[in-house]
Amino acid sequence: MRICLALVAGSLAAAVSVASPAFAQKQGGTLRISHRDNPPSASIHEEATISVVQPFMAVFNNLVVFDPKEKINSPDKIVPDLAESWSWSPDQTKLTFKLRSGVKWHDGKPFSAKDVKCTWDSLIGKADEKSDLIRKNPRKVWYSNLKEVTAGSDTEVTFTLGRPQPSFLSMLAAGYSPVYACHANGRDMRSKPIGTGPFKVVDFKRNEAIKLVRNPDYWKKGRPYLDAIDWKIVPNRSTRMLGFIAGEFDMTFDSDITFPMLADVKAQKADAVCEARPSNVNTNLLVNRDAPPFDSPELRRALALSLDRKTFNDILFQGHALTGASMLPPPAGVWGMSKEMLESMPGFSPDRDKNLAEARAIMAKLGYTKDKPLNIKVSTRNIAIYRDPAVILIDQLKQIYIEGELEPIDTTVWYTKVQSKKYSIGLNLTGLGVDDPDTNFYENFYSTSDRNYTGYKNPEVDKLIEQQSAETDRGKRQKLVWEVEKRLIEDGARPVINQNVANTCWDPKVKGLVLQHNSIYNGWRFEDIWLDK
Amino acid sequence: MGAYLTRRFLLMVLTLFGMSVLIFVMLRLVPGNIADILVDAAGIADPKEKAKIIHELGLDRPIVEQYGQWIGGLARGDLGFAYVSERPALEEIAPRIPISAKLAGMALLLSVLIGVPFGVISAVRQNTALDYFLRVISLSGLSLPSFWLGLLVLMASVHWFGTIPIYSNEPRSFLQEVGLLSIPAAVVGFRSSALVMRLTRSSMLEVLRQDYIRTARSKGASQTSVNYDHALRNALLPVVTIIGIEAAFLVGGLIVTETVFNIPGVARFLVEAILWRDYPIVQNLVMLIAFVVVMVNFLVDMAYMALDPRIKYAD
Repeated sequence: MRICLALVAGSLAAAVSVASPAFAQKQGGTLRISHRDNPPSASIHEEATISVVQPFMAVFNNLVVFDPKEKINSPDKIVPDLAESWSWSPDQTKLTFKLRSGVKWHDGKPFSAKDVKCTWDSLIGKADEKSDLIRKNPRKVWYSNLKEVTAGSDTEVTFTLGRPQPSFLSMLAAGYSPVYACHANGRDMRSKPIGTGPFKVVDFKRNEAIKLVRNPDYWKKGRPYLDAIDWKIVPNRSTRMLGFIAGEFDMTFDSDITFPMLADVKAQKADAVCEARPSNVNTNLLVNRDAPPFDSPELRRALALSLDRKTFNDILFQGHALTGASMLPPPAGVWGMSKEMLESMPGFSPDRDKNLAEARAIMAKLGYTKDKPLNIKVSTRNIAIYRDPAVILIDQLKQIYIEGELEPIDTTVWYTKVQSKKYSIGLNLTGLGVDDPDTNFYENFYSTSDRNYTGYKNPEVDKLIEQQSAETDRGKRQKLVWEVEKRLIEDGARPVINQNVANTCWDPKVKGLVLQHNSIYNGWRFEDIWLDK
Repeated sequence: MGAYLTRRFLLMVLTLFGMSVLIFVMLRLVPGNIADILVDAAGIADPKEKAKIIHELGLDRPIVEQYGQWIGGLARGDLGFAYVSERPALEEIAPRIPISAKLAGMALLLSVLIGVPFGVISAVRQNTALDYFLRVISLSGLSLPSFWLGLLVLMASVHWFGTIPIYSNEPRSFLQEVGLLSIPAAVVGFRSSALVMRLTRSSMLEVLRQDYIRTARSKGASQTSVNYDHALRNALLPVVTIIGIEAAFLVGGLIVTETVFNIPGVARFLVEAILWRDYPIVQNLVMLIAFVVVMVNFLVDMAYMALDPRIKYAD
């Protein structure tokens, strides 16, 4: 069935490319993009930030990938990449890929199934002791169900799972899942990686630039169109915007334009093409449920009821952000709850007065009043996108007799502080690499996950997470996902304030760019982009 | 003089040694090390992965051993490996020094070329319209934050000329580089020149009231000769001090300008390295800056002697 789907998708893609005016696409040119900061390294597998994925995804290939022509990433929109086709075993625990032959790494060595095995062996801790391909793995939990990878031949590789997991293919299709070269070493992969992708890394200079050039031996004939991609690291956002307006850059960094800035950009560069889209990054509260005072479920409920999401949205996003729980809501989101469902959840009711009355009653019962408020610190990363919502939160907490004091934390030790539980309430941003329940629930809410920062533990929820993960019937799974969401909201596990929306802009001469609407981390292969000049 | 220079040299070595200990210890007192940050950047904290990185980087060795290794390497010209880029620290630092040095040099040159003459004019035309005008300009130079001024310059450039004078590509020629650096240098130099101008003015005013100036005038010396031959030379001593301090500041203090104009210089790199706790980069860059400061102080002291023959350094 999957093979058929892959073939159909492939045929459709070919048909689209033939049917479209291919003659209009021009070869050549350098795409100039501003980058917001220094990527910690170039090794996608080792990092968890768009700062790495956006520039370096073009260097690699995956086995499969979310269809780059589609705006919405979903399990039924996955197309072949280094794999020509794939098939599941009847018990849905073995996923076998037939790989392309004749593919070469940027250093000329041939790609084979051994590279696939080597990459995922490193990710699940089964690599040879001498291998230093990957020294840290922030997405360990993605592969907790992966038992073994075997190379049947140079062009066939099988992933063996502990139980059925329909999300597994979606994870492999993410920008975070490139295939690494087995013969490369970790240091090179972090500084000047090689891949099989459409662009080769020429240079990665910290504080300066990332230069990629066209891979002339790319296995996909006729691609990429661009000769080069020139990323300039410009940490100052105003300078980046002015550079884009002045024509120094052809494109902004992803989601770099806030709504207040958008008006400026459009006023000064009227022909700029700007697209607003959800980033699948949500602003949420980390509540330390292991220590007083928020070890009290009632207090956590009062906290959830105090949130005025509309105000957050109006101030920070001029009303463009989405209201949702931890999964992105439709239509951009594939798994999230509808508006109607959400409004029946605690804290999501549009009746703000009722929410506040209930929250105040809880606070009064717990002994807190206007004259005797609860004093806490609201900790957050000391950067604007974290601080700004934290300040609004502090203002809203006053309405339920909580006096918050902002505690800005040096961004470099933020997670250390969070994981050591030295906070009461933390304001946090969480991005999802794939709009998929497994990646979200296992990463952020499963009791044994490294990234379950609040230490949320609910055996029933763990069981539900496992059930939905193994459920192959899409409809049944959807219901289980909603049930998990409902439990998380009721438990105040990590109350989501907003699902963020931001703008990306480019010059009209940049063609072929399709932004993915339910994950900013996908769709950055750049092989279909061309310059009309 | 020889003994003085020897003493001075030994003092410089001692200062640099003290500085090396201070920066080495202070860096390690700041919460979080590179392993915390590398792991934090990935949003996880796996103790095993962290321990592996700490071991690889030698951060689990005794602190005295780490210090000895760094200083020993420094003496041999081996600055170690940058933790983040995993490249030799020298390769990371060396290309950035000329960029910052040229920017600082141009800014300093501008500040002297503008600050000293206008300071003199302001003093000799005290309480005239020109003096008031120059004082307002100098006050604005001191008051306007350079990041704000820099952004204004960029915005004006984009608005009026449709171009942005940022360092986006390596310049192909010396002239192009001068052109590229002149605007940020002017922005930085504006503040420094204001400082130099105000100090020159006050120093000149003080000197112009001295008896020997009256004597020179009574001898029939021209106003120009009085101002420039007799007064300025003596008024320059405090100005030279402040130029020395500014020169030292400019080597490592250009962070804002380098950020706004996107110049890949030393200052921006140093701040980035501090945030990442990239010890080899921070330690070596701070030592470089300390060396420059020590040398500039030495040169300023030598300049005193050249400007005022009464100053002699005793053996």
